[in-house]
Amino acid sequence: MQEEQKERRDFIGMALGATALVGIGGGLGFAAKRTWDPLPSVKAAGFTTVDLSVAKPNELIVEKWRGKPIFILKKTAEMEANDRDVVIGSDRFHISIGLCTHLGCIPAYKKDDHEFFCACHGGRFNASGINEPGLPPPSPLEIPPFKIAGTELILGEAGPEYKKMLDAGLTV
Amino acid sequence: MAHFEKANNLNEWLDQRIGLNTLKRVLNTEYWIPKDINFLWVMGMVLAATFGILVISGIFLLMYYKPDTNLAFDSVNYTIMSEVGYGWLWRHIHGVGASIVFLIIYIHMFTGIYYSSYKKGRELIWLSGMGLFVAFSAEAFSGYMLPWGQMSYWAGMVITNLFSGGSLEAYALVEWIRGDYVPGDAYLTRFFMLHVFLIPLVIIGLIVLHFGTLRLPHVNNQEGADIDYEEAAALYKAGKKKESKVIPFSPVFLSKDIFVMGVYFILFFYLVFYHFDFAMDPVNFDPANGLKTPAHIYPEWYFLWSYEILRPFSKDVGLIAFAISQVALFALPFIDRSPNVAPAHKRGLFQIWFWALLVIMITLTALGKLPPTDPLFAAMGLVFAVLFLLMGPALFIITMFEKKLEKGA
Repeated sequence: MQEEQKERRDFIGMALGATALVGIGGGLGFAAKRTWDPLPSVKAAGFTTVDLSVAKPNELIVEKWRGKPIFILKKTAEMEANDRDVVIGSDRFHISIGLCTHLGCIPAYKKDDHEFFCACHGGRFNASGINEPGLPPPSPLEIPPFKIAGTELILGEAGPEYKKMLDAGLTV
Repeated sequence: MAHFEKANNLNEWLDQRIGLNTLKRVLNTEYWIPKDINFLWVMGMVLAATFGILVISGIFLLMYYKPDTNLAFDSVNYTIMSEVGYGWLWRHIHGVGASIVFLIIYIHMFTGIYYSSYKKGRELIWLSGMGLFVAFSAEAFSGYMLPWGQMSYWAGMVITNLFSGGSLEAYALVEWIRGDYVPGDAYLTRFFMLHVFLIPLVIIGLIVLHFGTLRLPHVNNQEGADIDYEEAAALYKAGKKKESKVIPFSPVFLSKDIFVMGVYFILFFYLVFYHFDFAMDPVNFDPANGLKTPAHIYPEWYFLWSYEILRPFSKDVGLIAFAISQVALFALPFIDRSPNVAPAHKRGLFQIWFWALLVIMITLTALGKLPPTDPLFAAMGLVFAVLFLLMGPALFIITMFEKKLEKGA
């Protein structure tokens, strides 16, 4: 009798435990996860439009898009061309998210050396945003989704030029 | 219903209701501490007292701090520092305390390692202690976010980026942790919650567990001797205090604790009043700016050694090395295969291993503060990071061959 009661109590205990686990894990867990998600207003933080006609060669422009710095560098004629360049007419631009792909510091542009240098862990990227091998950054500077409209660049919208780069694996 | 009688005093009244005398006996008057110890055994209570001071100063800061990216910087640097009466005092106590608490934690840890106080029944003391180290690290990091200066912002950026897992590119996870694409308002407020509520709650729980794990195996002694606590306690209670190898925690051991704490707090408040600046990074007196990285980013001194393990490698290898270094010390009781509970100077090669570990960690700390540009120091960082990672296997091998010591002395 006592054994039987104990087994029944165990069963009730386990049933309660399982229900509580599913309830807490499924319900509260999901609610907690969603509460920590970025808010819709943050996610909708829209699109930034930049006029590229004002850019001067070898002078870095830093724009802000979704709280992140965006590098815009108009290349000089001598600077090496790259498939990652955004071409508008005869001008070539390097456009990238200005956060080091190592841990997210902002690299500084060294005008004379035509390279980006990250002070945090010593990473280097050339004027096309390609990382110098053997240093902490594992990949080139990322290219933000962009669309070209005349001489204007719309950040946040994926145009055909951006999709081509993405398909070619030039950015992630 | 239990039997209650008229109590003659408050003590009796409480004893009938919550077993006060039993509690006192178990936790104080018959909780035995060996006599064969030195001042390093006081560090635990010094830590408890420092945590208390951090809680008290934190309560006062909490009354004027504003967890909002537009208000946080001024609420600390203007309101608390120049408007609130004695606000500067709480801030400097809190800042100095956060730094010094890690110094004492490291001394406490290395004392435990030196005297093999993590072995043979004391494994849980070590594990709960390491849990406290991790919780204190999280507490220090989340607190460092709150003044919302340049170092707060960029430390937050770099540390949360660690969760992208290198080539795993888990940016969705990073954005989830931040509640934004970059550290912003949601980020600041949730780290405020963690700093003032959730992590302190975990710390208090872990402190209770840490004390609990100590009660049965008892605190270690200078020789690692296996004391017969029943016999020693009987001697003490019989009045043969000289012959007994133990003293009660309270009031005897605690009174020595309080003496050392007195000396400690003189030094502590000397720092608070005259040298608080060592705990206040000048870069953090610039408000957070997401479009400008400070020229040189480094963590507070107590994180420098693990930061230096991250730095010299490529991203993925660095992250793996960093992850290993964060959890490696947890495994200490299980890596150490030696049968001996004894101080390092009686354990042959282990003594060399102990001092090598200390030197490696201090060297990594010194290197971590230097800018990443010097190739010599970068190479040294790599060498010492690799050496640190090799210390685990080295301990396993040297302790496997360690001879069993004759106990007698």
